[in-house]
Amino acid sequence: MKILVCVSVVPDTTTKITFTDGDTQFNKAGVQFIINPYDELSLTRALEMTEANGGSVTVITVGEADIEPVIRKALAMGAGDAIRVDASPKDGMYVAAQIAEQAKAGEYNLVLTGRESIDYNGGQVQGLVAEMLGWPLINVAMELDAEGDIIKATRDIDGGREMLTANTPCVVSAQKDLCEPRIPNMRGIMMARSKPLNVLPAVDKYDYTSVSKYELPPAKSGVKMIDAQNAEQLIDILHNQEKLF
Amino acid sequence: MAVIVFAESDNGVYKKSSFEAVTYGKDLATKLSTECIAVSIGNKGPENLGTYGADKELNVSGDVFTTFNPQVYAKALSEVAQANGGDTIVISQTYTGKSIAPLVAVKNEAALVTGVVDMANTDSGFTVKKTSFSSKAMAHVSINNDKKVLTIIPNSYKINSDGSDVSAEAASVSVTSDAINTTIVSTNKETGKIPLTEAELVISAGRGLKGPENWHMVEDLANALGAATACSKPVSDMGWRPHSEHVGQTGITIKPNLYIAAGISGAIQHLAGVGSSKVICVINTDPEAPFFKAADYGIVGDAFEVLPKLLKRVNELKG
Repeated sequence: MKILVCVSVVPDTTTKITFTDGDTQFNKAGVQFIINPYDELSLTRALEMTEANGGSVTVITVGEADIEPVIRKALAMGAGDAIRVDASPKDGMYVAAQIAEQAKAGEYNLVLTGRESIDYNGGQVQGLVAEMLGWPLINVAMELDAEGDIIKATRDIDGGREMLTANTPCVVSAQKDLCEPRIPNMRGIMMARSKPLNVLPAVDKYDYTSVSKYELPPAKSGVKMIDAQNAEQLIDILHNQEKLF
Repeated sequence: MAVIVFAESDNGVYKKSSFEAVTYGKDLATKLSTECIAVSIGNKGPENLGTYGADKELNVSGDVFTTFNPQVYAKALSEVAQANGGDTIVISQTYTGKSIAPLVAVKNEAALVTGVVDMANTDSGFTVKKTSFSSKAMAHVSINNDKKVLTIIPNSYKINSDGSDVSAEAASVSVTSDAINTTIVSTNKETGKIPLTEAELVISAGRGLKGPENWHMVEDLANALGAATACSKPVSDMGWRPHSEHVGQTGITIKPNLYIAAGISGAIQHLAGVGSSKVICVINTDPEAPFFKAADYGIVGDAFEVLPKLLKRVNELKG
């Protein structure tokens, strides 16, 4: 099975978010970038599946050259090669168009993504890629296996879970519980240095949105403390003043 | 030109977020001087969507729509939008909404903005506010395309139920089961539980509860209030609670009216998932817990003593 794993490079989860240039740009100064945690899961599962049943794992990302060190980490985890589409990732639709293009050109059987990226939280790319390619989508999978040309998965649905199957080629997005993310070992890190990282030009498609401004959520006006001895006062406030129930 | 709203229903019951989406669609249609058409698919709810602002209600029915399938629903919604000049499509961001929105966007060659939390600004161009960086920030996104798909985070927009009834019409579409490209083997749904993303009141707890055997305190308070239960990442990592209850940056993002957190210190990753809750109450033994800085109300105390007191008072009030 030929698997294409989509990797988004995002700020580390502990990052304090600030903006520059009149709140139009994310302030990258001092920020550590990591592989999107959900993408780490789909990459790990792809490696497990190809180790068990044969096949290859390629990672793809859309971004500029400064994200290459993070992509090398994906290679260190065990991916065979990497593709970087050389463009600033404008929005989900634009990124999906790039991935769909490469998925088609490379004749992959399975495209894996994370449930969402933890920076823009669109959760769009998997559905967009599937629809652009006309492939089935299994969204937010927490179990994933392949039997020949059949993909088997368990996924989250509103208020429960669903087991389903689809024929390849198809797109699957990863949810937590799919696997334990793999940590690169020293041998993997050494090998990653010589693995191919192909830089490809972007296709000019679906350039529909742009961020005009960012803002931080309004700060809380200050906490009102209630004495633990009279904790029930909290309920009175929530009921009588805040009228929440 | 029209605003199309997907009114999601589950087995003959509309989701509350569907009414919210209809009101949003109506207010947007008014701004754009056009009409708001609510579209239900399959077994719709009993309410008249005119109540929430729809100028017209269309229902798509047929055997193929009895169970939800993203391909089938997306195709039906797209066809109805195209047949009615619907260039802006509003969808509530539930699991269902999230799974069809990208498909609808590609089918209509529409721009897609998810995570919308406020009414669009149409003064010059078309800009919407959406969550970004896991709710640590908001982004104003400008759309430079006539066709648009917006998904609205539930609990972001005030429902208006002052509208008057409209007649519901059947809409015909050419969707067949051929559109289905996945096979459902089995489903396992918990019934009677409030889905966390749609809950207005949420009671959450962390490691401070010391073990899963103590969760009855959280569940009892939640049941008394009609709230959903949630937990912190360590709690779901240790298997005390299912991952579906984990709220935070790598879990679920929620935006309830009330979030009560007991025994959660409030790491930045946790705040990312709950920080936009309207009222936040924090109960923690450590007065230095960072969560107090993000809270509206705080109690420095032991959850084991505080939660039963809260429950007792709720029961007294609810008689």
